Amino acid sequence: MIALFYRDMRLAVRAGGGFGLGLAFFLLIAVLVPLGVGPEGTTLAKIAPGILWVGALLSCLLSLDRIFALDYEDGSLDLLLTAPMPLEGVVAIKAFAHWTVTGLPLTLAAPVLAILLNLPAEGFFWLVVSLALGTPALSVIGAFGAALTVGLKRGGLLLSLLVLPLYVPTLIFGAEVVKRGATGAETLTPLVLLAGITAGAAAFLPFASAAAIRINLR
Amino acid sequence: MELRVSSVSIARGGIPLLEGVSFVLRAGGCLVLRGANGIGKTTLLRTIAGLQPALGGDISVGGDAIAYAAHADGLKSTLTVAENLAFWAAVYGTGAVDQALARMNLSELRDRQAANLSAGQKRRLGLARLLVTGRALWVLDEPTVSLDKASVALFAGVVRDHLKAGGAALIATHIDLGLDEAEVLELEPFRAKRNARGSGAFDSAFGGDFA
Repeated sequence: MIALFYRDMRLAVRAGGGFGLGLAFFLLIAVLVPLGVGPEGTTLAKIAPGILWVGALLSCLLSLDRIFALDYEDGSLDLLLTAPMPLEGVVAIKAFAHWTVTGLPLTLAAPVLAILLNLPAEGFFWLVVSLALGTPALSVIGAFGAALTVGLKRGGLLLSLLVLPLYVPTLIFGAEVVKRGATGAETLTPLVLLAGITAGAAAFLPFASAAAIRINLR
Repeated sequence: MELRVSSVSIARGGIPLLEGVSFVLRAGGCLVLRGANGIGKTTLLRTIAGLQPALGGDISVGGDAIAYAAHADGLKSTLTVAENLAFWAAVYGTGAVDQALARMNLSELRDRQAANLSAGQKRRLGLARLLVTGRALWVLDEPTVSLDKASVALFAGVVRDHLKAGGAALIATHIDLGLDEAEVLELEPFRAKRNARGSGAFDSAFGGDFA
């Protein structure tokens, strides 16, 4: 299992692996939005939590179809299925590897980009906390969508349509944590709900994803 | 190790292909499946490997014994030859990477990226994976595609050694591997009758056994 994680990480950082793709996209959004909205500090501060969370979500979405599609195309998904590893574990590890490559760098880079959007200083801590708690859910839910569409040619559009509605609760509660944190309000309720979504998704979706892959590979 | 297949029926995309396939493969044995294109060799092998459920019949293998090699080699083009093989060795919990590379005549290429291998070299690397699985029963789908004569002979030698060591091999192939001890199973007599769609012909998504 650890070997699979190392392999996925190695593939991600090698040429064409897509490491940094999500991060670059996130950077573009954070740079372009202030240019489009205008330099007024109060407006930017008001929309910053939402923009940062939408940016993180779209950046995650960008690399989802690679989670299983590449392994499907070169035949290694078939071989992983016959390997002495539970497929549920394979799915969980691959989702975790996806998070390490996209969600984790986004979380670490978010405070720097929050400066561009004039997020109040009180919100920085909550931005990092909410992204750290919420982005794993994005990867796990995304892996489920990727499992449903594995084997479809150009399944990326369908994948986005399937996954986006499932992302909405994470987005709402994640942005709410930052919004409340930035104004000094109490953040516990959205934070707990955000953590609950992540925990629930991580517990159940690997099983659903594994079942979807087994059916798709027949 | 014993693979026992008794009156198995298989289907692809809801259409029955073969029915009543029965054979027993014991340790040290090699069975070659033959039949025209599309008769269901690949589907039969995938069914035995556990990738899809059989329509009917019974397949029993003694424990975790199967190493499956499909048409695609499952290589990662940005990893080197040794890295590709080391991954599978780690998955199966063995460490015989260097011996496997030497056996398939790949030692000189060990640090080359898989993207820069020829088709035949990729195939040899894909077959070297079998050696690091440590599994007794090799289920091979057209293993000699894109191999030259010398490599086919090399691979036949590897299979022969595997059989001598108490392994077994189930191979779908069109060419003669030069394995004298191999038995041949013609699949033509097992071809499913047309329009003989039974109630089990439709592959229900959740009815299968997720083994």
